[in-house]
Amino acid sequence: MPVFDLAATPLRALNQALHGVAPGANDTEFEVLNPRGQHAVAVGIDGPVTVTVRGPVGYYCAGMNDGGTVTVQGSAGPGVAENMMSGTVVIEGDASQYAGATGRGGLLVIKGNAASRCGISMKGIDIVVHGSIGHMSAFMGQSGSLVVLGDAGEALGDSLYEAKLFVRGSVKSLGADCIEKPMRPEHRAHLAALLDRAGVADVRPEEFRRYGSARKLYSFNIDNADAY
Amino acid sequence: MCGIVGLFLKDPALEPQLGALLADMLVTMTDRGPDSAGLAIYRPPAPGLSKITVQSARPEADFPALEQRLAEASGGSARVAVKSSHAVITVASDCLAATRDALKGLAPDLRVMGAGESVEIYKEVGLPKDVVARFGIAGMSGTHGIGHTRMATESAVTTMGAHPFSTGADQCLVHNGSLSNHNNLRRSLARAGMAFETENDSEVAAAYLTTAMARGRDLGAALAGALTDLDGFFTFVVGTKSGFGVLRDPIACKPAIMAETERYVAFGSEYRALVGLPGIESARVWEPEPATVYFWDQRQAA
Repeated sequence: MPVFDLAATPLRALNQALHGVAPGANDTEFEVLNPRGQHAVAVGIDGPVTVTVRGPVGYYCAGMNDGGTVTVQGSAGPGVAENMMSGTVVIEGDASQYAGATGRGGLLVIKGNAASRCGISMKGIDIVVHGSIGHMSAFMGQSGSLVVLGDAGEALGDSLYEAKLFVRGSVKSLGADCIEKPMRPEHRAHLAALLDRAGVADVRPEEFRRYGSARKLYSFNIDNADAY
Repeated sequence: MCGIVGLFLKDPALEPQLGALLADMLVTMTDRGPDSAGLAIYRPPAPGLSKITVQSARPEADFPALEQRLAEASGGSARVAVKSSHAVITVASDCLAATRDALKGLAPDLRVMGAGESVEIYKEVGLPKDVVARFGIAGMSGTHGIGHTRMATESAVTTMGAHPFSTGADQCLVHNGSLSNHNNLRRSLARAGMAFETENDSEVAAAYLTTAMARGRDLGAALAGALTDLDGFFTFVVGTKSGFGVLRDPIACKPAIMAETERYVAFGSEYRALVGLPGIESARVWEPEPATVYFWDQRQAA
């Protein structure tokens, strides 16, 4: 297994090695030591590689991930898994602002808490947060699911389009055009599958509430002018 | 962007390392702001003595005779310790005001960086590694300190426009962000008697806190008031003679991360700034909540 010690090796060497894995290659498991909060660790993966990062990372870890499996044994700075296309990113500690922003696919699991704007403008990514999330999360979310086992901060789902939000704890406030919706059997099944994929075993879908768009702000309507 | 660091020691055994730890933290944040850099270091006060940190554009002309000229002008004795473009003038506390007045006449081009019983402030245009080296920050001991590396947005790149800003005795502030109501606030604070050296929005924030504390609020209450009265983006780290505070605006766009152990409380714009601190691997590390006041005081921490 290739091991990159970022205390001794430049980050660029790691990312080039990750990008250079040929289709069908066998040696696809990477270990990263001493990230010490560096930015852009394991960014731009475009194949089925597995990366284990032992320590905290800075901005944009696993950004644009397409097919890789990245596990961070520590906390992550702003923008983790930003614009992920597919694959899995697991943060074992906390994540900073805008985790999973604009993500188009794949699964982001945060085992600690996430800060503000988690899943902002999400476009298909699934995000499961074991702890709580900060304010303005899922702002302008377009598709995908955000699952929160803890609490949500202010203005959850502000100006939401079609992303599905499930929160087990309290919600400080809902943003413009975000409403609570009934949990029907198909939603419980969808949530159960997500919890299963994220390795959450001790929590039942019935414990969550579902939130989504009231669909009143989708397109300009003069009757809603005050709400824009 | 700007980069901020701060370190507040609870364990006196770490005090000899304060300057070295703080300098390393600041240098790590260089790429957040290459325009200017500065630090405020709080050193254990000597009974009955106060300090004024001054800066000169022509230190070779201004500083050599300053000690003697100050003694002649004020009648008291002053000790002048020169560090590159800065000098720390130590005087009896009851002569502090008279010495500041005397300085205006003797050396009108000198700029006062800060004053008080404990604080020394060093700031210049340039990269953090050059700024910390020219002032020998790594060799300084102290109880707490804050630092800033600036990417200029609201005003010119000058020594006076560098952070920290100090507008009251032993008080200082570093700021990442930009305030939108600083002009109005500057006018009202000026009417209340505050003097301003720059057009910088961050100096207004420092003066706001100084004014609030002069009206009897403690640092925590002054920071809580800032949430109501200051408009814009900010992450502040502030120091007083015995205190250390952190405040983010309600939107909290500007990054911040904190770490606490039994030995210290540390602040960084990014986690990278904290990685060299002793015991950071087992520290409690968290992101300060928006619109939430955090502050520590030596008297409470001890």
